[in-house]
Amino acid sequence: MSAVRQVDVLVVGAGPAGLTAAATLAARGAGRIEVLERERTPGGAPRTCAHGGFGSWRRPLTGPRLARELAEAAVRAGAVVRTGVTALDWAGPLDLATVGPEGPEILRARAVVLATGARERPRAARLVPGTRPAGVYTTGELQRAVHLHRQPIGTRVVIVGAEDVSYAAADTARRAGAEVVALVTDLPTHRTAPARALDTRLRRGVPLLTGAVVAELLGHGRLSGVRVRHHDGRTAVLPCDTVVFTGDFVPEHELARRGGLVLDPRTRGPAVDGALRTSRPGVFAAGNLLHAVERAATAAREGALAAAAVTAALAAAGPGAGTAAGPGAPRPDGVPLTVDPPLRWITPSRVTPADALPYTLRTASRLTRPLLEITQGGRVLHRQRVRGAAAGRSLTLPAHWTHRVDPAGGPVRVAVR
Amino acid sequence: MTVVTTGGPLPPQPYDVAVVGAGVVGSAIARALARHPRLRVALVEAQDDVGQGTSKANTAILHTGFDAVPGSLEARLVREGARLLTAYAAESGIPVERVGALLVAWDREQLATLPRLAGKAARNDCHDTRLLGPAELYAREPHLGPGALGALHVPGESIVCPWTTTLAYATQAVRNGVHLHLECRVEQAARRDGVHELTTTRGTLRAHRLVNAAGLHADTLDRRLGLDDFTVTPRRGQLIVYDKFARSLVRHILLPVPTALGKGVLVAPTVHGNVLLGPTAEDLDDKRATGSTADGLAALREQGRRVLPALLDEEVTAVYAGLRAATGHEDYRVRAHPAQGLVTVGGIRSTGLTASLALAEHTLDLLRETGLDPGPARDLEPVRMPNLGEAFPRPYQRADLIAADPSYGTLVCHCERVSLGEIRDALAGPVPPRSLDGLRRRTRARAGRCQGFHCGAAVRALFEAGRRDAAPAPGAPAEAGGT
Ligand SMILES: Cc1cc2nc3c(=O)[nH]c(=O)nc-3n(C[C@H](O)[C@H](O)[C@H](O)COP(=O)(O)OP(=O)(O)OC[C@H]3O[C@@H](n4cnc5c(N)ncnc54)[C@H](O)[C@@H]3O)c2cc1C
Ligand SMILES: Cc1cc2nc3c(=O)[nH]c(=O)nc-3n(C[C@H](O)[C@H](O)[C@H](O)COP(=O)(O)OP(=O)(O)OC[C@H]3O[C@@H](n4cnc5c(N)ncnc54)[C@H](O)[C@@H]3O)c2cc1C
Repeated sequence: MSAVRQVDVLVVGAGPAGLTAAATLAARGAGRIEVLERERTPGGAPRTCAHGGFGSWRRPLTGPRLARELAEAAVRAGAVVRTGVTALDWAGPLDLATVGPEGPEILRARAVVLATGARERPRAARLVPGTRPAGVYTTGELQRAVHLHRQPIGTRVVIVGAEDVSYAAADTARRAGAEVVALVTDLPTHRTAPARALDTRLRRGVPLLTGAVVAELLGHGRLSGVRVRHHDGRTAVLPCDTVVFTGDFVPEHELARRGGLVLDPRTRGPAVDGALRTSRPGVFAAGNLLHAVERAATAAREGALAAAAVTAALAAAGPGAGTAAGPGAPRPDGVPLTVDPPLRWITPSRVTPADALPYTLRTASRLTRPLLEITQGGRVLHRQRVRGAAAGRSLTLPAHWTHRVDPAGGPVRVAVR
Repeated sequence: MTVVTTGGPLPPQPYDVAVVGAGVVGSAIARALARHPRLRVALVEAQDDVGQGTSKANTAILHTGFDAVPGSLEARLVREGARLLTAYAAESGIPVERVGALLVAWDREQLATLPRLAGKAARNDCHDTRLLGPAELYAREPHLGPGALGALHVPGESIVCPWTTTLAYATQAVRNGVHLHLECRVEQAARRDGVHELTTTRGTLRAHRLVNAAGLHADTLDRRLGLDDFTVTPRRGQLIVYDKFARSLVRHILLPVPTALGKGVLVAPTVHGNVLLGPTAEDLDDKRATGSTADGLAALREQGRRVLPALLDEEVTAVYAGLRAATGHEDYRVRAHPAQGLVTVGGIRSTGLTASLALAEHTLDLLRETGLDPGPARDLEPVRMPNLGEAFPRPYQRADLIAADPSYGTLVCHCERVSLGEIRDALAGPVPPRSLDGLRRRTRARAGRCQGFHCGAAVRALFEAGRRDAAPAPGAPAEAGGT
């Protein structure tokens, strides 16, 4: 069997969440911090987003630039970033079996941070019927093809979806020299900034078909068109040689599931408490693995929070290699935190009175300055108006009410009043 | 020197035997012919790869033949084929898992049918079946939906990799002298002085004897040769492939009790570590109708929900459809036509993968009936195929291999754990892929849950680079081994 090598903290995934966690941990002197990244370059999803929209309002960055800066920061802080290495499976409570060009290895850590990100549901997972021609993409594949590999895509592209990432896909397709035939969404309207939607529709002349679904793919060998069905049952064929399925993100939860971590049934990411602890002692989770796609800044913030929680857990476990933060550390606790419709999910999905991190929620329908009401067993803990959000986009709920939570008082609910 | 061509002229001298159709059946026949070194043999295929027809899109079960019509040709060839393919798979590294099947009875009537099916199995020389009561059934399949009354256990039913099987036959045939002509559709046929002259999309191909293994198009080809024995009606089977996380939900091939309409919808593990749900059975008249439909998928999910409710909570990895070559007859349509120097291997409906090696032996016998003297036979050197099965060590799991060549530790397709080394090997293989789909069937790259979100572009880049490397330099004489 492979030899076992000990590190202090093992971070899986070098995206914004993992790299920020690693940089923070290394800066706090948490010992040997190792980041595993299965791709050959660190940076995660932003690496493939050759467009702006990252960084801060004051300091806007492109995706690749952000990816590079995060990776450099982690290394500068003293973390070891190993690329081309895949974490395959668990080999013990805090042991991970890995493989890379140097062969298999088992890494034993005192704490593990999972930051494996998310992916878009491809055509098959969305059960879109029809033939199986070439020319079918997700945004992730399209962006890699165009930005990283300079591959030609098709000439006439239909985009499925009308959220931010769909518009990014349309831009990418256009930059690759293709004509965008239409964006198609089953919703009544787009889900991006009105200015962006308007610009795409008017200046670029790309129509947005609302209340419509791509009901069938056509063509043998290469895609020849998509059949679109409107809500009233009418159908039409859009001739095209490329279709991009955008959005509909799901957490990349393979390691989480292989480890038997309890998942949040709503997000399908691991269920975590306010310290981003999963159900497996010593294992933390951050970034899009928790909730599928949020902005890079959210993922990075969660990485920093996970780092703080790991540092605390390691300190509580006492110094010395070989002492896991896991077995000695208290099991993730707190009471379940749930949402009522039209809210779809909240993460973290457990709460303790000590929690201080902001919560991320997503809604199924548009909310303008909603009043959120937090109750436990019928007792109102807090009411607050927060910034509104469109369907499929997230709200942020600050955590200054958590001290009112009764650890023995049963589930806490968040509802919209 | 191996000969695989996809373009350019065809050799003018007549072949001793031309096999039309490089599906699992035609490839098996070509391999059997390759045992006779004196024969010049061509394997002629309309598409750009072997196994692109029905052979790539089935349920991948290595049948025992327990439910065949006793005494039929199919019953015999499935039984023999299963034995032959099991041995061949062990020798060649084709993944096979003997998981066994359970014919699950969901009502009294079905339960009452089981002993009769056990009797039929016995008449098909399958003597190890056993009736299970509900307690044992649920002990064997804890995730089975509620309400099953019992089952017939058929321990010999196995799962196999259909892609590796066809490719192994074709590889071994080509290595032993068979010429594989791809993108070479036979459009017309004439016979002059005992020699077939096939007009193909790449010019004329001549052969003394012909084997028609054209699958769905075997009836059309037969008619071009002046015969009108049968008509192929495509019967579509749509299938859903569930995520690898579903694999732990099911241990056996779960079959319904068969009805007049066919074998019905099954739930089965795959050697690649997924779970299959399907197929539907729809009689169509379009031989290209390999698309899936909303109704078909909804019907499958409905049936899957009853058999294995938890399956429906898992993600779908792929959806595909295959067309069975139904002929309205309960048996294969395999016949020698000595006067025409022809053997037709038609109507190989839903068991051709299993029966392929036995069909090949049978075809050789029938070729003798047409007056062919194949000459002396030799044993072929075994092929060793790259393993695509989860039950056997994959390259990324082999420290020895990675130590010798680090590219086997460099994963390119993460969901399926396909390494750079495997992709490189496939591109350099004796029958190289001509498309990303061909590469997928050889390595599983892009076949996983993300369907290329992570790896698609990288795999395409490797494929394109591999093709550039393989292309002959401009001006260089076209080499027989080139493309
Ligand atoms: C197409 C697209 C456009 C976007 N546009 C914007 C935008 O304009 N602005 C913005 O703020 N955000 C944008 N985002 C979102 C942003 O990219 C994500 O929020 C951010 O990347 C999430 O970071 P993460 O670290 O959680 O995951 P990721 O960035 O996805 O990183 C996860 C990493 O883990 C690695 N990994 C996974 N499993 C393993 C394993 N087993 N072993 C080793 N490594 C593993 C992966 O290879 C990957 O590099 C976009 C995202 C996409 C996909
Ligand atoms: C849904 C489904 C499930 C099945 N499940 C199983 C199973 O579990 N187990 C099992 O054993 N079997 C199964 N089968 C059956 C099995 O797949 C078939 O019997 C087998 O693949 C038939 O192989 P073939 O070589 O005859 O046909 P094909 O694979 O279709 O090959 C015929 C080839 O001929 C070529 N061709 C046609 N016309 C011409 C021409 N004019 N010129 C040149 N080339 C031509 C085609 O391009 C094609 O490649 C299933 C089939 C289906 C559809």
